Amino acid sequence: MTTDHHHGTPPAPVERRAVALEELLVEQGLISHEDIDAVQQEYETQLGPMHGARVVARAWVDPSYRERLLANGTRAVHELGIEGPEIEHLVVVANSPEVHHVVVCTLCSCYPWGVLGLPPNWYKDPPYRARVVREPRVLLAEMGCPLEESVEIQVWDSSADCRYLVLPERPAGTDGLSEEALAGLVTRDSMVGVEVL
Amino acid sequence: MDFGGVTVDPDEPVFRARWEAAVMAAALALLSAAPARGWNQTLSSFRYARERIDPVDYLGSPYYERWLTTVATIAVESGVVRREELEKRAGGPFPLARPLRVHGLENPGSGVSRFAVGDRVRVWQRHPLGHTRCPGYLRGHVGTVLRSHGASSLPDVEVHSRLRVQEAVYTVRFDAGEVWGDGQTGVCLHADLWDSYLETP
Repeated sequence: MTTDHHHGTPPAPVERRAVALEELLVEQGLISHEDIDAVQQEYETQLGPMHGARVVARAWVDPSYRERLLANGTRAVHELGIEGPEIEHLVVVANSPEVHHVVVCTLCSCYPWGVLGLPPNWYKDPPYRARVVREPRVLLAEMGCPLEESVEIQVWDSSADCRYLVLPERPAGTDGLSEEALAGLVTRDSMVGVEVL
Repeated sequence: MDFGGVTVDPDEPVFRARWEAAVMAAALALLSAAPARGWNQTLSSFRYARERIDPVDYLGSPYYERWLTTVATIAVESGVVRREELEKRAGGPFPLARPLRVHGLENPGSGVSRFAVGDRVRVWQRHPLGHTRCPGYLRGHVGTVLRSHGASSLPDVEVHSRLRVQEAVYTVRFDAGEVWGDGQTGVCLHADLWDSYLETP
């Protein structure tokens, strides 16, 4: 395994290793059990794609908001009271009938937590990270998002401080819907760019 | 290398167990404690520790297990816990990332902003052993500067010394057919690259 002095001996079970680390950090005064509960609670309930969905719905109904969002994503999401982590340099890229955007972090797992929550495992695993830059058209089709050959694909690799959010196109036949109802149509995957609504 | 299909679990929880949240919380705690305790540990250090994980383990273990190895490595290297204690408590071997092997700066940085929007730039062909945020698949390829961002601390320096070199970051656009040499059309690749990763073609 990773260690150089334990050849042949399997590691302790992962949960026991995690508990060992937690106990030692608690004893060192670096963290408390309550801190961990608070982190768990925050990431499970306060963060998530519902924030991004609100942003998208607003951009669909308010052309001047859409303009501000595309000009400065961070400022525009703050306008809606969205203040989470990993959106200090948020760049929003808008899909159109001619162009489809898709986001990745090939080097690790950078993702705009404040608008989408923590990334799903597929986003963090090697197949997506390697293939979305190598053969995006093939991969998107495999993931249930086939695109016409005429649609240009723009891939955004989050390799520095910017985090990217895709503004999907508003689905046809939604003219009568309220902003809240529109937000209910927006999925996480459409804001990563692996789905068309 | 063919990594195969993407596996999607539509019912995936945020954390599958409390220990995953504990690993996340421990990472946040170590990061926030670092300045006051005089540790040169930033988010880049965590990324570099993860890059030092044995490649077989890196590719073969679940996300939070990689994170556990990373966070434990940072905790041991900061001197806040000892590996022996971790193993005693865990009741068996506790894998860590490989030791730091790079001492000194492979890329001291340019510290400046040499390029402008519209410039053609070539990604440098260097392959440091230490940490960098220059994606391997773009090295040697020519693209166009699409946006110029403000200066940001160069990770290549930050991880390997207490120095901080601020240099411009650019969003650079590449043609996928050129990068991969396979004739695919209508695909642009963008990456955000520090100034010192780029040269005039």
